[in-house]
Amino acid sequence: MRMTYREAIRAGLREALTSDPRVFLMGEDVGHYGGAYAMSLGFLDEFGPERIRDTPLSELSYVGAGIGAAIGGLRPIVEVMTINFSLLAIDQIVNMAALYRHMSGGQFSVPVIIRMATGAGRQLAAQHSHNLENWFAHVPGLKVIVPATVADARGMLPAALAEPDPVLIFEHAMLYNNDEDVDDWQCDLTHAAIRRPGTDASIITYGGSLPKALAAAEALAAAGIDAEVVDLRVLRPLDRQAIADSVRRTHRVVVVDEGWKSGSLAGEVIAGLAEECLYDLDAAPRRVCTMEVPIPYAKHLEDAALPSIEAIVEAVRQVCHA
Amino acid sequence: MTKLKVDAALGVPLLTDMLRVRRMEEKCAELYGASKIRGFLHLYIGEEACASGVLRAVGPDDNVVATYREHGHALLRGVPMTAIMAEMFGKVSGCARGRGGSMHLFDASRRFYGGTAIVGSGLPLAVGLGLADAMTGRAAVTVCFFGDGAVAEGAFHESMNLAALWQLPVLFVCENNLYAMGTALARHQSQTDLTVKAAAYNMPAMSVDGMDALAVHTATVEALSGIREEGGPAFLELRTYRFRAHSMFDPDLYRDKAEIEAWKQLDPIVALAGRLSRAGLLDEAGYAALEAAAEAEVADAVAFAEASEWEPVDELLVDVVGGAR
Repeated sequence: MRMTYREAIRAGLREALTSDPRVFLMGEDVGHYGGAYAMSLGFLDEFGPERIRDTPLSELSYVGAGIGAAIGGLRPIVEVMTINFSLLAIDQIVNMAALYRHMSGGQFSVPVIIRMATGAGRQLAAQHSHNLENWFAHVPGLKVIVPATVADARGMLPAALAEPDPVLIFEHAMLYNNDEDVDDWQCDLTHAAIRRPGTDASIITYGGSLPKALAAAEALAAAGIDAEVVDLRVLRPLDRQAIADSVRRTHRVVVVDEGWKSGSLAGEVIAGLAEECLYDLDAAPRRVCTMEVPIPYAKHLEDAALPSIEAIVEAVRQVCHA
Repeated sequence: MTKLKVDAALGVPLLTDMLRVRRMEEKCAELYGASKIRGFLHLYIGEEACASGVLRAVGPDDNVVATYREHGHALLRGVPMTAIMAEMFGKVSGCARGRGGSMHLFDASRRFYGGTAIVGSGLPLAVGLGLADAMTGRAAVTVCFFGDGAVAEGAFHESMNLAALWQLPVLFVCENNLYAMGTALARHQSQTDLTVKAAAYNMPAMSVDGMDALAVHTATVEALSGIREEGGPAFLELRTYRFRAHSMFDPDLYRDKAEIEAWKQLDPIVALAGRLSRAGLLDEAGYAALEAAAEAEVADAVAFAEASEWEPVDELLVDVVGGAR
């Protein structure tokens, strides 16, 4: 069935609300407005105000209330309008949700879903264009997932709802209107996926950078370089095996990550490869990340700051000495 | 303020509660000196009337959320003193397997949700527990303890608003001991009447003498019945004082010695024991028996903690995430 990324998320939300009475949705403007990205348009009429809860602009307490409701036996899906606003709630996510199980000696589960839009590319300027997934992926106790395909947008939410722990879902806003034929969307939350097999170099990426990596691979194919594209899908726990396996086949690697380079997830991926299979590499690895600058408003400056298809192509050429 | 009539059926249990907490914590301070207990240790000594008065009024189906100064709350919620002491020793028989320590006591079976040490962080948790109960129709109240320091946090204001907006069954209990660590209330709040803040969120608010366990109990009963009948939250300020420093690292330079001494004259244990004695409800032998029982319980708890094992290091990573133990 042909559907957009947005329709896929909506279908997953509706399915969850329909099939599990413990599930409810809360967040800013999820009810009467229909969701800042129209994810829950019409849900208020369909499921009622008890289960589609508009919240005040109080990220700390409504995310915290979601954590409390999860501990109390419900399956809250909390929508934070954008990743930038999640910083107002990061105390509850990091100091409470992530720690509660271990700190209590295993007495409490926190099965809360926290969804948010992430990423740049729409001229929303410095305070609405962050990529901070890696901050959360740093924290034990959290599961961090980044659906990059429509099938994953459809399948990862039900998989997340089956988890006993807090799951953070980062939806890159540039993906929302992408469409694909989706027939089988069943998926796990443990494995990376090879989105394009190749033999000459591995492009490791996730989220909003996947379409750019695939476009770069097509451009490289035309020039005779056969690049493999690996979609991480899950940032915590990382599928280190799949990353190393790909690099052992291709011996060359470029990591594409819309986060800033310093302290990036891309750095973690390459550090892991250095530990696992340094001597399988035939060239120094490269990272294509966002420039170390607050994302500017002007279109040409924003484009210059973000990973581009051209930059990915160039990086792969470099590792291939082509 | 007119003192409530004391009766033995309530007064003696409240006194017993306070004595158990006091003697346990005095032993903890001693064990800290002996390096048996490490990390932060925040003593509740002086404030025992708050936990005893509130928790005697709370039912087994209700939820309790506390702070990092929560030894008394855990004990009076029913967590065995053995498990609390073992936790402070860091032993696997502790109420959090030795992973939490003094600040993170938990007991799911008694609906005791901790034990959180980020000031104000328990309030959103309490709102969520209240929301879960409201949505599932479970008749229970979530009682959330926090201190005067927490009222400066955004979490306080956001949570009070949310609980009142959604009419959730939460009793917010502010143990106002006048100091946020070393900063006096008047140094951090433009409005020092905390009930005014609660009233601004459209919820019933009461201020009570937190050195009087009977008064605390009576106010809690009233607040809880209001919540159970009306559904919405309530706020209770308990005006109290800690006799000891903030933690074992605190040289207590910010309080006047005379102020501390004046509050010590209001010791809630001495006050209640005196009233029971004057009313002829507890004689010297009766009091001595309570003391002896508390001492024996403490000795037992220490022996249990000493004899307990450490969690094996190969279980370090167990329960970071869910899965079979």
